[in-house]
Amino acid sequence: MPAGTGGSSIFLALDGAWFLIGDDLMSELDRAACTVPLGLSAKAFAEAAGTRLALAELVPPGALNLRGDLADHGFVSKACAVLGCELPRAPNSVQSAGELTVLWLGPDEWLVLTAPGGEISLAERLEEALLETHVAVTDVSGNRAHLRLKGAAAREVLAKGCPLDLHPRMFKPGSCAQTVLARTSMLLHLLDDAPTFDLFPRRSFAPYVVAWLVDAMRDHEGVFLNAA
Amino acid sequence: MLLITCPWCGPRDEIEFTCGGEAHRARPQDPAATDDAAFADFLFMRTNPKGLQRERWCHSQGCRRWFNLERSTITHEITRIYKMGEQPEASADATSPARQGGQP
Repeated sequence: MPAGTGGSSIFLALDGAWFLIGDDLMSELDRAACTVPLGLSAKAFAEAAGTRLALAELVPPGALNLRGDLADHGFVSKACAVLGCELPRAPNSVQSAGELTVLWLGPDEWLVLTAPGGEISLAERLEEALLETHVAVTDVSGNRAHLRLKGAAAREVLAKGCPLDLHPRMFKPGSCAQTVLARTSMLLHLLDDAPTFDLFPRRSFAPYVVAWLVDAMRDHEGVFLNAA
Repeated sequence: MLLITCPWCGPRDEIEFTCGGEAHRARPQDPAATDDAAFADFLFMRTNPKGLQRERWCHSQGCRRWFNLERSTITHEITRIYKMGEQPEASADATSPARQGGQP
């Protein structure tokens, strides 16, 4: 049950408690892979599975903003053929296939996430297929950082700064939402019932969002330890 | 704090929205042929009712779509929400004294 601090970073590995890996444990490789080095390791996050709360920064995915008219059958069929999955039609829903994830952003707007670096060839294939169609394909890979918050208390942590109704009855796995977290724009994607949230803040806001999340997570450490 | 039902995203908190002021104000078709007083009226003058008002709102932190809503300027009660381009009939009680707040 090691617990300690190294510099300004935090390292707590209590069984069943929240788990956060500090900068001192982050390998140079991880640091280079992250666009915004925030001192959080994805590797350590995987090892923290089963803990009450875990926060990680992931390598930002390749991201394309796709706009087109759902009433245009040519657009829908061509885009779906390239993407290999349906375009989500229901507001705030997500479709995925393989390493592709398509998030609903608006009635004529989607965010296509792919493996880091895969966005260039995907954009080329989309533009080629949709050459004669009235669409916009924009590479927005540098737009957002990618955080992942997982654990039983994840909903409570987010609820401290998010006006969205995050109750499992309202916000189910496979949902996404553009909303506000701690007064900053945030794209949320709920992956599973753990619950695991993918958070996509604007890159320049990412250090602030992480600082806010770490602060919000402290309470839950206390709650858990008192209960234990 | 208002709970506003975005026509696309469903009920969301007011802080996700931007209010664009009174709705359904038509810009003069030919501004060059419109005299200054009429154009100033279009630009600057608003109805400012005590009661129900149609407004434009944008879900700026969400789907970023504009839509219309009808809101009581007295109670903040939202009586209608409809998409851009739609212009439903006035609420039946839009002119009722109770909704208008009684005596001015």
